[in-house]
Amino acid sequence: MVRNFSGQHTSKEEKTEEDISDRSLMNRTADRSEMKRLQRAQQAEDRKLMKRSKRERREIRNTIVFMTPSLLGVLVFFVLPFIAVIVYAFVSDNTNYDFVGFENFAALFENSAFRLALRNTGIFSLISVPLVVIIPLLLGMLLESNIPLKSTFRTIFLSPMIVPAASVILIWQVLFDYHGVVNELVQQFGGTSVEWFKSDYGIIIVVLLFLWKNIGYNMIMFMSALSAIPKDIIEVAMLDGCSSVRRFFSIKLRYLASTISFVTIMSLINSFKVFREVYLLTGDYPYEAMYTLQHFMNNTFGRFDYQKLSSAAIVLSLIMIAIISILLLVDSRVGRGLEE
Amino acid sequence: MTGDITLNRDLFPERPKRRKKVKVRRVIFLVLAFLILLTFAALFLFPTVFTFTNSFMSTTEISANYGKIFTGLGISGDGGHVFIGEKVSLQLIPMKVSLSQYETVLFKSPQYLVKFWNSVIYVVPIVIFQLAVASGAAYAFARMETKFRAFIFFAYIVLMLMPYQVTLVPNYLVLDRLSLIDTRWAIILPGIFSPFAVFILTKFMRRIPKAVVEAAKLDGAGEWTIFWKIFIPLCKGTLYSVAILVFIDYWNMVEQPLVLLRDTELYPLSVFLSKINEGDTGIAFATATIYMIPPVLLFLYSEDYLIEGIAYSASVKG
Repeated sequence: MVRNFSGQHTSKEEKTEEDISDRSLMNRTADRSEMKRLQRAQQAEDRKLMKRSKRERREIRNTIVFMTPSLLGVLVFFVLPFIAVIVYAFVSDNTNYDFVGFENFAALFENSAFRLALRNTGIFSLISVPLVVIIPLLLGMLLESNIPLKSTFRTIFLSPMIVPAASVILIWQVLFDYHGVVNELVQQFGGTSVEWFKSDYGIIIVVLLFLWKNIGYNMIMFMSALSAIPKDIIEVAMLDGCSSVRRFFSIKLRYLASTISFVTIMSLINSFKVFREVYLLTGDYPYEAMYTLQHFMNNTFGRFDYQKLSSAAIVLSLIMIAIISILLLVDSRVGRGLEE
Repeated sequence: MTGDITLNRDLFPERPKRRKKVKVRRVIFLVLAFLILLTFAALFLFPTVFTFTNSFMSTTEISANYGKIFTGLGISGDGGHVFIGEKVSLQLIPMKVSLSQYETVLFKSPQYLVKFWNSVIYVVPIVIFQLAVASGAAYAFARMETKFRAFIFFAYIVLMLMPYQVTLVPNYLVLDRLSLIDTRWAIILPGIFSPFAVFILTKFMRRIPKAVVEAAKLDGAGEWTIFWKIFIPLCKGTLYSVAILVFIDYWNMVEQPLVLLRDTELYPLSVFLSKINEGDTGIAFATATIYMIPPVLLFLYSEDYLIEGIAYSASVKG
């Protein structure tokens, strides 16, 4: 009862609750009916809660139905056979299924072709990824600064998307063949002709192809991020006499951070995929400098060496999963402070 | 009043001058920016324009220009002597416009049209069914809020980002088991279940407010009604952009047919084009030009949707 006095200013619910517990301690019989009422209310509340979660469960079950076709397809064509791939990677051959541990992987890493492919892909990514991020960013910023004919330029930069790989190859051959147009230019400026496809310069051609194909796509992502920066912040900075360089580094770059990191990692992933054009350009066995992981995979496919193929597929997918995890991590961390 | 104005001028005497300076700077910036953009635009447009204009050259002109590179050109069809230029010359505009390459492609050798038709047979069902399957999955992903969802969605993202050479290994194993290798199904079936469309559509559907769903439920709408009458109409634009991206992707596919098909008769034109390159360059230009017509039309008529689709793919947040 003393507590009741001091608790007068607390909420009504709290008061009655304490009231009841105190009184029930003192006089059980008198308040039995009230207790029962309370218990019943509690039970009703519980049932309501249970009912809702039942409803939710039913809802989840209903929505899973919508997912089934896709899930089944992915299971049948990708996930289940990938389990077979994992099995193949750890057995000696496909008839006896002798478990050999990591032997296939050891053999793979001793394979000189695989090591060459891994090294070349690494070098290629290192050169091309920074370029394929910076150039589209600069182009996107130019286009977003009230340039006339903006949408025309945008269309032109995206146009490589629709050119079939085979025609790209045709043109690249005209340009970079030993008797081609680029060598002609090189000679006019006093240089000597270069065997573009059969020398260490080959990687330059691949980088140019990659850039040409991907710049437009990345630029669109940067442009949409740039146009999402609140205009008033930029205006305030301008009124404060902030230089355009400073505006870029202290404001725009912070808003672009998440897009930049996303584009960088996506480009890294895509740089592992640059194969289509190189394959069509040079065939199964290109000059050493142009031999990438994809060539290795494709050639192993041709020979149906399941063990080598499976272990290579697993190594490659582990590399990809590592990159993708970084991507997801960065994507959820960067730019969080700006959203609020 | 006049006093006020003079006072202002006294206070900010440098103001008009500065504005002029800014204007000059802006003009210099515009000219420089335009020069840079024009250079890039020329580089980017060059291959498309080059393919287009060269498709109107006669075979003689093609061999004269590029005979040094494509040695297969040395032998002409009727066994006659063909002139090959001493140097490779890059010609943007043909000396004489000729439709002979198109005549060959369209009327004389039906194989090119057959391969074009192959491409259509592969791409149209893939686009339609991938969208159908994906919109269902995206709906489920958008409505669910469970750990299960997060895990599966992560698996889809990983799958989407894998290079073909990894996903083709499991694909091959299954199709071989089902003895579908070397049939059209080998291309179409895995294409239908590609997770790309699921990814983009989920991202869009998750932006549809929960209140919309709750309101529909209060009105007695079931899951199917919410999906078909609310989500799909709201997604129309996104569905269209995804359709364009998927179309362009599969229209230019190379890897899948090379691995999953042995019969060259089943090749889509995108792969077959590279076989033409080796022999008949002029025809390759004409065929490539014809092949580019559908994506170019899509591109010109729905560029905004395409750009929206790309902008949507710019993050992996569910």
